[in-house]
Amino acid sequence: MNEKMKSRILRTLPREKAFYFFTSIGNYTGESAVSFKEFIDKINEVNVKSLEFHLYRGDFEKWTAETLEDQELAREIGKLRGKNYSGAILKRHLYNTVVERYSQLSKTF
Amino acid sequence: MKLKNNTVALDSTDLRILNALQENARQTYTAIGKSLGMAHSTVYDRIKRMERHGIIKEYTAVIDTEKAGAKNIIAIMTIFTDPKESDKVAEKLCQAPQILEIYTSLSEELLIIAKVVAENQESLHEFIASSVAPLPGVSKIRTSMITKKFKETRFLIANNPKKLTFIKETSNKIGENKR
Repeated sequence: MNEKMKSRILRTLPREKAFYFFTSIGNYTGESAVSFKEFIDKINEVNVKSLEFHLYRGDFEKWTAETLEDQELAREIGKLRGKNYSGAILKRHLYNTVVERYSQLSKTF
Repeated sequence: MKLKNNTVALDSTDLRILNALQENARQTYTAIGKSLGMAHSTVYDRIKRMERHGIIKEYTAVIDTEKAGAKNIIAIMTIFTDPKESDKVAEKLCQAPQILEIYTSLSEELLIIAKVVAENQESLHEFIASSVAPLPGVSKIRTSMITKKFKETRFLIANNPKKLTFIKETSNKIGENKR
């Protein structure tokens, strides 16, 4: 992956492209992420119910693939979905997955 | 009907006519006049004046959407906002066809309460996630889907006619009168 693509994935998005964290249909927590970095922070902060809601709907995969444009991260998150994690375990695995990808992207950036 | 302090006060004749229209807006002027014991020309004049002043806003059909085969879902959405942005959020949402009714409410904090219609849960969520949550000033949203309706009615003049006064400068878009 070239530097330009990495830079694009790590960019700050306009507000309307942010990821908005919900706990169920129509119930918005008030937390959102406008960048990869902020997405990591919010995974740590939001209620785990929100992470379960979005992971099993495929929302994280969709946003990372279509909005952040990071297909690799989307694939890794998709693998978590198949493992049926929940609660704190899900949060830890998701956090580690996203942080690891962030390290790869920012290392040579 | 008297004009006083920029408001339109309705007399008992006006209220009786409004009551008759709310029971059945397709009645002719003659039928209303006959049932109320007044000339059809009086009914006509009073109705036209109330239309001009925006007291009668429109004539419309009340449709039972379930019987009409619509399978939509209805939800009540409570939006917590920054008080400075509340009106802007409400005005923006007025433009969305999914919003059926919208109000602001001051309880412990300033809220927007809206009735929303959507084809299904997924389209409801998509609308809220892409069109409501991103609006500046929105801090939290709570949504409850309606599962069963026990009562739905409109405010009727007959409920409490004595307390009614109307602001003169109300919106006055009048629908076609096809009676």
